[in-house]
Amino acid sequence: MRTIHVNLITETVKELCLKANFDIGDSMLKVLEERLGDESSPLGKTVLKQMINNDKLAKLEGIAICQDTGMTVVFIEVGQEVSLVGGDFNDAIHQGVRLAYKDGFLRKSVVDDPLFDRINTKDNTPAVIHTTITKGDQIKIEVMPKGFGSENMSTLKMFPPSAGLSGVKKFILDTVEKAGPNACPPIIVGVGIGGTFEQAALISKRALLRGVGQSNPHPKYAQLEIELIQDINRLGIGPAGLGGSTTAISVNIEHYPTHIASIPVAINICCHVSRHASAII
Amino acid sequence: MMKEKHIRLPLNEETILSLKAGDTVFLSGTMITGRDAAHNRLFDCLSRGETCPIELKGEVIYYVGPAPAKPGHAVGSAGPTSSYRMDAYAPVLLDYGLKGMIGKGDRSPEVIDAIIRNKAIYFVAIGGLGATISKSILKSETLCYEDLGTEAIQRFWVKDFPAIVVIDAFGNNLYHQEQAKYKSI
Repeated sequence: MRTIHVNLITETVKELCLKANFDIGDSMLKVLEERLGDESSPLGKTVLKQMINNDKLAKLEGIAICQDTGMTVVFIEVGQEVSLVGGDFNDAIHQGVRLAYKDGFLRKSVVDDPLFDRINTKDNTPAVIHTTITKGDQIKIEVMPKGFGSENMSTLKMFPPSAGLSGVKKFILDTVEKAGPNACPPIIVGVGIGGTFEQAALISKRALLRGVGQSNPHPKYAQLEIELIQDINRLGIGPAGLGGSTTAISVNIEHYPTHIASIPVAINICCHVSRHASAII
Repeated sequence: MMKEKHIRLPLNEETILSLKAGDTVFLSGTMITGRDAAHNRLFDCLSRGETCPIELKGEVIYYVGPAPAKPGHAVGSAGPTSSYRMDAYAPVLLDYGLKGMIGKGDRSPEVIDAIIRNKAIYFVAIGGLGATISKSILKSETLCYEDLGTEAIQRFWVKDFPAIVVIDAFGNNLYHQEQAKYKSI
């Protein structure tokens, strides 16, 4: 067994929260630059340039890229040969979020109760934590500060098998069209197909962690990703919804075996400020 | 061709009527901030016929929940939030004298009717430009609802705040005009 103190988890989560909120990453900047060259709307080009400049300014000056620094989603894989010491595992993650949002001047966007009192917790906790046990003696932490302009445009539907490929494609296209400017396009479309109700949602969020420029390893799903992004970019929504040919910069599909009665489809949309950072302890 | 205009806040009627959907504007002067929770309270206040803790008449409201300011800064990252969430409240605020709104995303038919009825205007700031937009905010001061944290109502003093006229006082809608040009499916 390898012994790891939970303080190391706290420190790592804190660092990843800060990194994600200030640094969009080179792969996203590269894709935005490419799209700028392809964009057919003059206003769309202007907007894309402003997005690129904003991302660079945020990193340079340590200002959050977007004021919606999100509800913090943490995916954590703990090796089964790890022995955690020094405190509570989940508390250690929440503490990392708490410290980052305080020290980094990040916005506190979490309310304690969704329906009744809605009182701000003032430290952006709790985080949403997805823990899995895996082989080995390491811990992998992936942090995604998730903005809710795009989260609110996300949806899930359970289809009968008869809906088929065309039903699924139409649902995805309709969801993106309905999201329009609210999701802050150009967007990344995370799609989870299969599993159960909650599994579809979870893999649609995991799909967003893939970022841009990596397709599904399965050739049929990779082809579907290509077809969907082509169709989405013909919707005309464009950068910031002000018209144009760049509505999505990536469609990321994850799939999972499912029941004989269903095709669960979850669509989790992320804005152009797609933030995530990861580390291995 | 889109026009670029430098506009003083608060707005007067002549200025509002001169602006057209598609104009790029740089706003200088003062505006107030407010988003979901603050709108809920203002709406309750007006519905009960009580005096609001702030004067809305003639104001421009920016739908924003800014990130905290670092020492020496007026404000942290401060881009717009989605406007549709304020649609339930906006007509009442406009009828009460609010003249302008800044946010992102399309508005409901009821809000558009209230914009036309009150000779008001809807600007869009680009979502996700929080760092850039914060540079145009020179000073901020909390006016009320401090307990709401980032959702408190603040006054912003701005210089060359970048926005686009999306719904003008005549009801023209830039989203609809521009998206239709590029739709091919």
